Amino acid sequence: MTTVDSNTTAPEPVVDPNAVSVTINGKVVAARKGEMIIAAADRTDDFIPRFCYHPRMEPVGMCRQCLVEVVGPRGPMMVVSCMTPVAEGQVVNTETEGVKKAQEGVLELLLANHPLDCPVCDKGGECPLQDQAFSHGPGESRFVEEKRHYEKPIAISENVYLDRERCILCDRCTRFADEVAGDALISFTSRGNNTQVMTFPDEPFSSYFSGNTVQTCPVGALTAKPYRFKARPWDIEHVESTCTTCSVGCRTVVQSSRDELVRYQGVDSQPVNWGWLCDKGRFNFESINSKDRLTTPLIKDASGNLSATSWSVAIDSAARMLRTALTVSPQSVAFIGGARGTNEDAFAWAQLANALGVDSRDSQLADGLPPQVFSLPQATIADIDTAKTIILLAPDLKEELPVLYLRVRHAAEKRTGRVVEVSPRVTGLAGKAWKKVHVEPGKTAAALRALATDAAFTAQLASGSVVVIVGRMNLAESEESVVHALAEVLHMAPQATVLPALRRGNVRGAIHAGLTPRNGGKSTSEILEAAAAGKIECLVLLGADPLSDVPDADLARRGISGARNIIAIDTFITQSSALADIVLPAAAYGEKVGTTTNVEGRISNVAQSITPVGTSRPDWMIAVELGTATSHDLGFASYNEVRTAMILGVSEFAPATDTHAVEHDGVIVAHPTPITLTRADAASIERNSYDYRAVVSRKLYDNAIGTAKSPSLSTLAPSAAVIVHPLDVPRIGAQVGESVRVTSQRATLVLPLQESVDVLRGTAWLPINLSGSDARELLDVTKDVIDLKIEKIS
Amino acid sequence: MSRLNEANIKTALEIIARYPRPKSALIPLLHLAQEQNGYVTNEAMVHLGELVGVTSAEVYGTATFYEMFRFEPVGKYLVNICGTMSCALMGAGDLMHHAEQKLGVKAGGTTTDGMFTLAHAECQAACTEAPTLQVNYRFRYKVTNGDFDTLIDDLKSGKLVDEIPAHGVVARVRQRIPADRGVGAVAPELATENPAWMDGKAAL
Repeated sequence: MTTVDSNTTAPEPVVDPNAVSVTINGKVVAARKGEMIIAAADRTDDFIPRFCYHPRMEPVGMCRQCLVEVVGPRGPMMVVSCMTPVAEGQVVNTETEGVKKAQEGVLELLLANHPLDCPVCDKGGECPLQDQAFSHGPGESRFVEEKRHYEKPIAISENVYLDRERCILCDRCTRFADEVAGDALISFTSRGNNTQVMTFPDEPFSSYFSGNTVQTCPVGALTAKPYRFKARPWDIEHVESTCTTCSVGCRTVVQSSRDELVRYQGVDSQPVNWGWLCDKGRFNFESINSKDRLTTPLIKDASGNLSATSWSVAIDSAARMLRTALTVSPQSVAFIGGARGTNEDAFAWAQLANALGVDSRDSQLADGLPPQVFSLPQATIADIDTAKTIILLAPDLKEELPVLYLRVRHAAEKRTGRVVEVSPRVTGLAGKAWKKVHVEPGKTAAALRALATDAAFTAQLASGSVVVIVGRMNLAESEESVVHALAEVLHMAPQATVLPALRRGNVRGAIHAGLTPRNGGKSTSEILEAAAAGKIECLVLLGADPLSDVPDADLARRGISGARNIIAIDTFITQSSALADIVLPAAAYGEKVGTTTNVEGRISNVAQSITPVGTSRPDWMIAVELGTATSHDLGFASYNEVRTAMILGVSEFAPATDTHAVEHDGVIVAHPTPITLTRADAASIERNSYDYRAVVSRKLYDNAIGTAKSPSLSTLAPSAAVIVHPLDVPRIGAQVGESVRVTSQRATLVLPLQESVDVLRGTAWLPINLSGSDARELLDVTKDVIDLKIEKIS
Repeated sequence: MSRLNEANIKTALEIIARYPRPKSALIPLLHLAQEQNGYVTNEAMVHLGELVGVTSAEVYGTATFYEMFRFEPVGKYLVNICGTMSCALMGAGDLMHHAEQKLGVKAGGTTTDGMFTLAHAECQAACTEAPTLQVNYRFRYKVTNGDFDTLIDDLKSGKLVDEIPAHGVVARVRQRIPADRGVGAVAPELATENPAWMDGKAAL
């Protein structure tokens, strides 16, 4: 892990009461009390074979492959090294004749029922069973009888296939599902001679984290549909990178074969993701290979249709558009987006905006947090492990930042910290929460203020460090409401540090790079409002799709149609880029190098694995060319020059000079002097005459372009619905599943009615951007809360 | 709908209350579900998962370990004929052949009227009384073909209704343990003192 603070002096050596010294194969190894022998041995050069042991899960001793000898008073004794803790003075031998015989015996038994269909198995070439059969196996089998047979792969979920013949029953997938993900949807069944991993009949393993079981499977029993028979391990090129699907920034290995992405695998990065990925981040490489990717610039022809053109024509036309708009006034040009690219992309576009005098630029789409949140004392993801209290003032982490959810869940599960859930509905972490503050929208700050009299709660806050994960828990509630609630928490726990839960991949990097309003420039909703009023001559969309992403659908529609000219830089034709005058094709993830900044401000690298599709180019390059065409030299013309200019020009990015760290666990951005938040009036917002207060949030799988263009994920998105508490259903008078009329002061929609006990009485939960009527139509970003009327259609 | 019925939900809650952790009650609850429907239905397993706070897959994983839980409908009477060594030597093969003729189904099958399921069984631990069979786990010893016919006829005519209840009924008298007579077990993490046996206080 990278140390950020280099000013600390070396502390006095202290005797660690938990230090244990063991001897493994004659070498003295320093270990810690409670650690297993296999973990200590992993720090030496001697490899103990294993299948069930996984450093991120509890040991179970299922496979028995890691047998070693421990010398005891009665001579050497065979123990399972993944289940035997180290002890002071312990002498362990892992390579004696006895150990060899035992390990060979276990391997022979594990292979007794294994089909050895390696030539047609996806795992062949990177299979721990195959590798260890060579390194630690007997070489041949005495088992000549008929092997056990099962139906060859059966789908246990949309994307995961199970081959029970290959399974060696190591318990890694079932342990992961239960212990790590908390979705125990697979279990050992028919225990005995026919033990097998299986789901409940007709209840698939539909976990957001199912892909991790495929990665950790030590044999070819679990395979993932998007990768099956696509490539062989020896034909794959690997580069270490950072996932930018959401802003957690999980470390990944991007794998390609024949210039096509074939797989992402998680990398165990201690400060970030511990090797886990969510399925959305794991499988959305399909969208980058999509046939629908933009390959050439498009320009609106005389008949108003977008048609292919050359880069020179497109850049010249775009430059002319910008220049014409600038002659009207620099305020009539605006940039929206930029959070989907790299830091360098965002920096180049911010520099172009500076050169053109464009102050209205915003990388958040009216669904984010004010940048001041980054100026509060910041927490890192790893701080969750040591925090005494973790306060969730955030959207459902399981839906929005899945791997961060695993980290918080781990802290609660291991009882290292207590989770306080402050939310307008029950989230994925509620079952692990020590205290749940479920409060309807508009009353959060007041409810938190009332908690100051709760002795148990204040004592808990005072007991140690506090991490507040803060984000937009309800898109139908204003940004200010979150800041007010945060101010209440920071008032009660002044030592608390803040972890912003923003959703888009590199939103933090884009803000640091300068894609945020400055000098009185407009925010996204103000830009769209100005565009609607005809005051925007040229709107530049940097990988942003306001029509499907801005919470206020009506505002987005009016803004996009009101802008005189639109230049879109995108990888796909989206709802918004379809209406642009010029569309410039951008290189996507995996097609360009750069760095990205995650929620905690960790800068890590994004690597290139394949050539950009068609003539698409990295965003920064497009910015440079537009600069040249508008007679502005941005001062850089290659990736290295952008990077250098960025590190020199943006103080937050200064730590990124440590290239080695950036290419591994990353470095944390330099923080400015912390500010403090002042408490506002914590008044509750009372109801209007409508019955239900809207809670609007996103689901992990929705109609976002990266999901919609990935065939393995697109079918997983649910359809739109209005979800209320079961006791509110009779009040509406309609049946569950029936379509009802949902009315806000803005619009009326028809949506199927659903019930869930996770929704508070008197509120209605409406996930957005799903197939069907989109609840964004009901929203008005100028309102603090949205109240709804839900009626049966007679 | 073969989730637990109202009366059985009440019994289930009573059983759950005996244990410090709800999921410890799973096996008695599976018996309850089997008693209600004659076999353990998927809907019942989902319901039990909800009652004790585990996933359906975990209920299924637990239930499938036990041979006595059936997941497909069986006849009202499950007839298990032992086929292991002692019984085999004493004519269990002939008995099974006769049983198949008498009931008109092969071993593993269920009669069309839903009354009988015939099945092979491994050793029933009554070798001195071979050949043996069990009807809903109630023994019959030294069974001849004639005994078998009489047994089937008696079951059909309802003569044995008091002795052999329908499949799934473990005992006709349900154990009732009022709360004040329970052992008051507490979960290990909530225990404030050592268990009696640890302090040598248990009556030995």
